[in-house]
Amino acid sequence: MENFEFINAIVLLSNFVIVPALSYGSQLALATLSLTIIYGVLRFSNFAQADWMSFGTMATILFTWLFQSIGITAGILPTALLALPFAIIVTALFCLLIDRSVYSFYRKQKSQPIVLMIVSVGVMFILQAVVRFIIGPNDRKFFDGEKYIVHALDFKNYFGLEEGLTIKSTQLITVIVALVAMISLFYFLQKTKLGKSMRAYSNNEDLALLSGINPEKIVIVTWIISSILITTAGVLYGLDKSFKPFTYFNLLLPMFAAAIVGGIGSPIGAVIGGYVIAFSEITLTYAYKKFFVYLLPENLEPSGLMQVLSTDYKFAISFIILVIVLIVRPTGIVRGKII
Amino acid sequence: MNEELRAPVAFTVMAILLAIVGFTQSWSVSLSVINLCIISSIMAIGVNLQWGYGGLFNAGVMGFTALGGLTAVLVSHDPIYEAWDKAGIGIVISAIIFVLTVTALLFVFRNIENKQIRNTLIILIIVFGLIGINNFYGPSIDIIESINPAKTGFLGGLGLPIIFSWLIAAVVAGLVAWVIGKITLRLRSDYLAIATLGISEIVIAVVKHEDWLSRGVKNVSGLDRPVPYEIELQQSEWFLNLVERINFSKLEAMQSLSSRQDLLNDLVIDSSGIFVKLCYAGLFFSFLLLIFYLSQLALNSPWGRMLRAIRDNEEAASAMGKNIFAQHLQIFIIGSAIIGIAGAMLTTLDGQFTPGSYRPLRFTFIIWLMVIIGGSGNNLGSIFGGFFIWFIWIEAEPLSIGFMNMLAGGLEYDNPLRMHLLGSAAHLRLFIMGLLLLLALRFMPRGVIPEKIQKK
Repeated sequence: MENFEFINAIVLLSNFVIVPALSYGSQLALATLSLTIIYGVLRFSNFAQADWMSFGTMATILFTWLFQSIGITAGILPTALLALPFAIIVTALFCLLIDRSVYSFYRKQKSQPIVLMIVSVGVMFILQAVVRFIIGPNDRKFFDGEKYIVHALDFKNYFGLEEGLTIKSTQLITVIVALVAMISLFYFLQKTKLGKSMRAYSNNEDLALLSGINPEKIVIVTWIISSILITTAGVLYGLDKSFKPFTYFNLLLPMFAAAIVGGIGSPIGAVIGGYVIAFSEITLTYAYKKFFVYLLPENLEPSGLMQVLSTDYKFAISFIILVIVLIVRPTGIVRGKII
Repeated sequence: MNEELRAPVAFTVMAILLAIVGFTQSWSVSLSVINLCIISSIMAIGVNLQWGYGGLFNAGVMGFTALGGLTAVLVSHDPIYEAWDKAGIGIVISAIIFVLTVTALLFVFRNIENKQIRNTLIILIIVFGLIGINNFYGPSIDIIESINPAKTGFLGGLGLPIIFSWLIAAVVAGLVAWVIGKITLRLRSDYLAIATLGISEIVIAVVKHEDWLSRGVKNVSGLDRPVPYEIELQQSEWFLNLVERINFSKLEAMQSLSSRQDLLNDLVIDSSGIFVKLCYAGLFFSFLLLIFYLSQLALNSPWGRMLRAIRDNEEAASAMGKNIFAQHLQIFIIGSAIIGIAGAMLTTLDGQFTPGSYRPLRFTFIIWLMVIIGGSGNNLGSIFGGFFIWFIWIEAEPLSIGFMNMLAGGLEYDNPLRMHLLGSAAHLRLFIMGLLLLLALRFMPRGVIPEKIQKK
């Protein structure tokens, strides 16, 4: 009996903390990576990044609807995965258009990062308008295919436990896609010539120019990579939860928090930061009462909810961590300014 | 255009725009817009002090506005004695424990060198602090929130006239700015923006969810007013006489006595609304003038020159022996205090405090647009920006609907495209805002009324 209690506690924790945090963390890590790439190469904090995320997701939803209407689906997988590459192309093209018409002017002038940041606020407004204009401000679900891999009820019956474990297919897809994307990104940055020249450009612009690296090419590649990452992150988040422009805009701050916590400009830091923020958001607001009821003998059982912070503050946790990191270790977990 | 002429021209255009609204829509609408324009201008001056003169990017405007609003509630609402009697002591004790915990943390952080001992102590202090606070805090807020939850359910305020809250809001916002500034002002400019944006979200989270303090999303309404109520005006003799005298010719033209009385009643109701708004406008405008005058005075003083020197070249100013951090902290506090005043004014004007309505777009980024488009580094520019951007923000909606109607003109009434176009007209104003900002940054980077470069 003692053993079962322990297993029940672990299953409970996995179901409500570990699995959701892992998938949210992967989504956040991808989004933060794209923010970091922009910061590292183009040298500004892009306030429009969360709205690029909505834009990419919106494009994916539109393609998904198109595919569904002509009868193409991906079977047990969500159709959105088929639509994703097309949406990435659209997002990247739009990114490049905005870069040509807006950002390139300030790059040529060698404006200060803060000016580019204010410019990105303008882009943020325009993107918000475009997204809301095309798809509206409402909540949209675009998930189809098989919903669960492991269902709580089946799990309970199969193992004869009191607690069930649910794994949604979107959670597994998220983790797998995120892993593939991260590994390819790191491979690209470390092993390919283009990736190396990107890092060189990020590290020292003048030296990179002297060695014959074409800056325009680097800028284009940066926007493309950023679009791939941000669209993927947005689609994974939307499949897992749902798509709503305002919710996506609110992800901007967790993204920034993750970037700074990890060490701004460092891709590995971005990934670590993403998971740190996701896990803290969920572990700090989870009520551990039931968990301890399983683990502790009856006379020691807790009376309160055993919650560090009320769920009301879930949204604020990332900023609290951000502030603590800024005080204690402003360089972030992974020290570094270059990608 | 000649830079000297820009300010008068800009303000004339603004006045004409407001007059057009007055003639075509109504003077009541025009006055509501003006009131919010004035409040926006005050916020813009606060941001302009920080950005235009100090070079600090404060993206936490929303937080200070909300603090101002909260102060208005806490100053003007009547105290809930029952709540204080039953649970006030618990709140006070948890506040004391909180202060003690923070002091202990700061002490350990500053004075203990050994890292291992320091970290263990910090963890111990936090754990014990949390346990201590939870012991008193949880039960007390449960009691407070259970006392007449439909109407109050919070501690209430001091029961003072709401106008005092404007000054107290400055103090509260300034104190919070001091804490925030201590944490964030040593950071690089864009870190500062992100940190302040995050902190303002924390402020909103607290205001939204600490029901014992602010009633949270249940809102506090029916705050008292610094100006008379419409209903009182409609019943007072002198006001009736005044309306009668102003509209004498209109009333004379009426044939029968009864229709004359009806017209008078309508006029009295209309004018009482306008009179109240005029009172607000006068009150706000005098504060705007005062704040404008004081900021101009400060910025033309040696202190203002030092600030601009720091903004333009930090290293040089530092080499001249100026303490950059201390000066940044000063201007950050002053700017935030002004934003706090505007926040309190806004809540006063609304007569209610609605924490759910604080959104970064409306309360942070729009204010930034005002400063940048108006002309950063020029207070007159910020005032113009406040008027102009707020005007556009309000009037963009009817204009976009008109534009969409034109666009969908040939389509049938229930055509889906037409419905979609009209339904999304409201989002066009975000587009207009973004476009204005980008155009201004590109073609008029110093704003409509640029900073005067003083040469001697």
